[in-house]
Amino acid sequence: MFGQWTFAAGGTCCRECVHKMTSPYVIATLLFYAASLALYIWNLREPSRAAGIGATSFLVIGLGLHYLALLARSRLIHAVPYDDLFGSLSLFAWLLAATYLCLEAIHRRRAVGPFVLPIVIGVFLLAHLPEARAVKAPPAQGPLFAFHVTLNILAYSAFAISFVLSIIFLVQNWRLRNRKLGVVGWRFPALDVLERMARSSVLIGCISLAAGMTAGLIWAHRLEGKYWDGDPKVIVTALILLIYVGYEFLSRTAAWRGARASALCIFNFMFVIFSYSIVNRYLSHFHRYF
Amino acid sequence: MEIVLIGLNHRTASVDLRERLAFTPEQAREAAEQLRSRGILEESLVLSTCNRSELYGVPREDATDSAGAVELFVASFHQLSLIELNGSLYRHRDSQAVRHLFRVSAGLDSMLLGEAEILGQVRDAYQIALDRGETGPVLNRMFQAALEVGKRVRSETELGTRPVSVAFSGVKLAERIFGKLNNHRALIVGAGATSEQVVRHLTDRGIKQLRVLNRTPEHAVDLAARFGGEVVPWENLSAALDWPDLIVTSVSASEPILTRAMIERSMAARGNRALLLIDLGVPRNVASDVGDIYNTYLYNIDDLTEIVEQNKKARVSEIPRAEAIIDEHVEKFLHWQAGVAAGAVLGDLRKKLVAEREAFVQERLASMPHLSDADRAQVAAMLQELLERVIITPAERMRGIPELRRKLQNFEAIRDLFRLDREKP
Repeated sequence: MFGQWTFAAGGTCCRECVHKMTSPYVIATLLFYAASLALYIWNLREPSRAAGIGATSFLVIGLGLHYLALLARSRLIHAVPYDDLFGSLSLFAWLLAATYLCLEAIHRRRAVGPFVLPIVIGVFLLAHLPEARAVKAPPAQGPLFAFHVTLNILAYSAFAISFVLSIIFLVQNWRLRNRKLGVVGWRFPALDVLERMARSSVLIGCISLAAGMTAGLIWAHRLEGKYWDGDPKVIVTALILLIYVGYEFLSRTAAWRGARASALCIFNFMFVIFSYSIVNRYLSHFHRYF
Repeated sequence: MEIVLIGLNHRTASVDLRERLAFTPEQAREAAEQLRSRGILEESLVLSTCNRSELYGVPREDATDSAGAVELFVASFHQLSLIELNGSLYRHRDSQAVRHLFRVSAGLDSMLLGEAEILGQVRDAYQIALDRGETGPVLNRMFQAALEVGKRVRSETELGTRPVSVAFSGVKLAERIFGKLNNHRALIVGAGATSEQVVRHLTDRGIKQLRVLNRTPEHAVDLAARFGGEVVPWENLSAALDWPDLIVTSVSASEPILTRAMIERSMAARGNRALLLIDLGVPRNVASDVGDIYNTYLYNIDDLTEIVEQNKKARVSEIPRAEAIIDEHVEKFLHWQAGVAAGAVLGDLRKKLVAEREAFVQERLASMPHLSDADRAQVAAMLQELLERVIITPAERMRGIPELRRKLQNFEAIRDLFRLDREKP
């Protein structure tokens, strides 16, 4: 549902390469994210105040630099970050890191950091490795469109967090059930905390996605006089909303609470990846980036 | 600014001797008062726990063999001869005394490595001494630093985080599953000594909803009454399983008292909420296949013992990290101490030079009657300015450069060199 209006699949976009991996902001962001990840891992292995504070501080600086990288990229290609797939991926990585940071501040736990940061770095690399190219502006923009895209990306970031939390839950659950806590097992949040954190992330994701979808539908109506013209992206996004609402409901029921709900949350995230990649790239005619 | 420490602990003395040398709070106050009134110490603090009795003090500047004097005092205070104490007392001075205290507060010197209670005992001992005015700038600084070391070691290392008792391990496992225990419920099956240990830890960790079952109801009533729980009749065991999040069993039975069928039924009744079963009974009280039920976590005594052993090893492996924190704080304390000593020496030196200038100016100006009062004042002011210049630059360097203070290790030598009075700063 988020994304860019496409223009003549054959490449009417400008071929001028303006923003490469060599951008100082990109390199600096990457360095700070990598340093933050290293310290998060260090802190998980050997908890220390210095490593913990260092990890969070580097992440905050990385976020600031990432913002500047996004800004520089937007200025150079004369488009907002979500006007192309790579820009939207970068925004996704930024929101993922920001969401994680909020989660860390609220729960005062750094044990999840080593598992979120690799995704942030991976997506950031994916977003900034290719050369950025200027794209034409979509047929209509404005705050509603911006809301639509940003809220949807925020939703996917929240789902990504719940995905990571669910993986940690399953690993920790396996360790506890098999009496193999080991060194790291004592440092993870409690299962109950992980479950609640995952559920609240999904709740934030569902609300953002519902609001983002609504904004998108209204925007489409204003633009073309109809809410939906059968675009597969809308169907897949609605399906994602449905399965995550289903998770929210099932995770509180007797049969599903615990490991099963976490497995479901991981399964649901596969749809998010599918929507972000295959649907955007090949299936949608309305939400394609290129 | 010498620091002395005289003491004994579980490593150097038998329990019998530790008992005889222990200080009650009243005795600690009396001992501190006597040490000061007899002029042996200017600052003092008694730290007395079941595993150690230690006396920290700052002697008078002109005292000689203050450690020996404290040792004699301690022996006479407890009506013991030095022969009886021979080999049991340890003496530490200055940096060794500081390091010893920091190791104590970090739990490195405890019988149970990394135990948490000692930090509270150090805090209490310091607070009492502070309230009575028995401490001064040196011991205040030293004990405040010790408390900081204790906190840092506990927050930055895993020396004290991992449980090393079977009962506490069970409770910590519950926290790995449920998080905070405040809103969770525990069912205690069996009211013996082991159960009591678990209940004690559970209540310490905030659990409020507690039910106790025992074949002998009187024991259950007693345990429940002491920890604010409810008693459930033994006949209601099966129905009672629907209620808790945590079940601790410790009863003598030849067959498991909790079977898979019973737990499956209770899990269905309680909506499959996570259930932790801690089986401390030998033979086991919970059937081993209960652990296969969805959302249940079963630990028996062997599982917990293995965790305890792993945790003990993990604690030992944390010692170097704790020692590094201690080194850092010892260094910091010694810098502060050297700074204070340097300040005192320079202050005394300045006073002496000012006094000498006064005498010198008066003596020399007496033979110069042709000078006016203004000229005399000007000469005096010039000499004063010269002195300030001579003394201020080294003073600033001394205060600002820790390396310089380290080089000038013995400030007493400077005192002797300039024949400075031994006044306490």
